[in-house]
Amino acid sequence: MSDADDVQDAGFDEWLDAAEEDAAYCLECPEGHASLPPRRVCPDCGATDLEETALPDSGEIETFTVTHVPTPAFEEDAPYATAVAAFGPVRLTGQVVEFDLETVETGLEVELEIAVSETTGERVLGFGPV
Amino acid sequence: MSDVRVAGAGLTAFGHSPERTSRDLFAEATIAAFEDADVPRADVDALLYGNFMGELSEHQGHHGPLMAEAAGVQAPATRYESACASSGTAVRDAVMRIRNGEDDVVLVGGAERMTNLGTAGATEALAIAADDLWEVRAGMTFPGAYALMAQAYFDEYGGEHEDLAHVAMKNHENALTNEKAQYQSAIEIEDVLEAPPVSEPLGLYDSCPISDGAAAAVLVSEDYAEEHGLDAPVSISGTGQGGDRMALHDREYLARSPAAREAGAEAYADAGVDAADVDVAEVHDCFTIAEVLALEALDLEPVGEGISAARDGRTTADGETPINLSGGLKAKGHPVGATGVSQIAELADLLAGDHPNSEFVSDATTGVAHNAGGTVASATVHVLEVDR
Ligand SMILES: [Zn+2]
Repeated sequence: MSDADDVQDAGFDEWLDAAEEDAAYCLECPEGHASLPPRRVCPDCGATDLEETALPDSGEIETFTVTHVPTPAFEEDAPYATAVAAFGPVRLTGQVVEFDLETVETGLEVELEIAVSETTGERVLGFGPV
Repeated sequence: MSDVRVAGAGLTAFGHSPERTSRDLFAEATIAAFEDADVPRADVDALLYGNFMGELSEHQGHHGPLMAEAAGVQAPATRYESACASSGTAVRDAVMRIRNGEDDVVLVGGAERMTNLGTAGATEALAIAADDLWEVRAGMTFPGAYALMAQAYFDEYGGEHEDLAHVAMKNHENALTNEKAQYQSAIEIEDVLEAPPVSEPLGLYDSCPISDGAAAAVLVSEDYAEEHGLDAPVSISGTGQGGDRMALHDREYLARSPAAREAGAEAYADAGVDAADVDVAEVHDCFTIAEVLALEALDLEPVGEGISAARDGRTTADGETPINLSGGLKAKGHPVGATGVSQIAELADLLAGDHPNSEFVSDATTGVAHNAGGTVASATVHVLEVDR
């Protein structure tokens, strides 16, 4: 959050751009280890030839929480649900959007949805209904 | 290889002192440590100092020389930063430096000033222990991360919030007689269950407080202790460190802490003990669920069973293996950079018979200190043994 507004985080912001176009990806090494950008080296095996591989359209929530005490960057968003969801070979952490908080549960099927923080207007990796 | 002895240790009171600088806090802890150790400051070969958020809370980097100056020590000084395991990693390096003969006397410590940031500011500062791009920007807080682990634990192994409430109640009970503790007040199960939620299922009483404080310890070689006739019955006989992927979602398990398991196994092997030998432990209970995960990672409880340890009385003061007799992070407080060394200080006092709760471990010979950073992407474990 310390970056000047007009400076992007290379790798990460392109990934958000892609996710907005329903073209999210992970990086895979020849051994099949998947990871997230920005990344030059496979964290599992050290391979340096990483290729973009499309993520499946939907994922499944593996754990979740409803946060009532946020950081200042999410002051206006609280309470909100945060979840870890598996999308094929990778897991992602995201904010659960467009669900009633009471209905969020482990096993819920979700789609990637790039939302916007009500507090800062910044893009937020989100999980929405399929 | 030289054995490493705890010559002395000192703590400030942990709590709310927003106006006090970390250099002032650390100075107080070192005065107490040097008095306890009966070691002259001039003999110190190095200062290893843990701190996490000094840039954010005090606009201060380059802490090493500043803290050597505060302690009145003319020795090279280095800051260690591994989130909440900052001073645990400092202890580990101090042990290794003494063992390999590089140093005879190492001042190890840590401090954190946090409450001047307020709750929102401290929440923001603590969050930087997680992956900024992939976790924090999605709104994950530090309590949120442990809540994700707690929910994953409930889903996989069972258990409920009331089990966690017993961890909080136990640690508050243990802190009643600890004059350094932030909370010297008993709480009931209902207090925990009815407290305002922070990140569900965790509430206010599942969380350690935001704390200011400092800790220091004077570690010496066995030879130095003998030559100077020091009263130093407690040794650090084992050290271990483990690491893991930074983001929780990149871990194989969401409800286990492999880095702590790795650190524990290494420390046990180093000391020549195993989990069955452990009589008492100080573990990193930044949240109630963290104590459960620590017990399982240290093999003090089987995986999936740590959740009932406090409720069933296995880890209470009069239980089989008392856990966090100091009050733990939960009740004693968690000035992040000071925590790892404060665990060593409390454990050394417990084993040496100098702690208000020593009566519960009067036959104990072996203690363990477990310090964890972030969602346990960093962990250190130390084994302490006392001459009996
Ligand atoms: Zn690989």
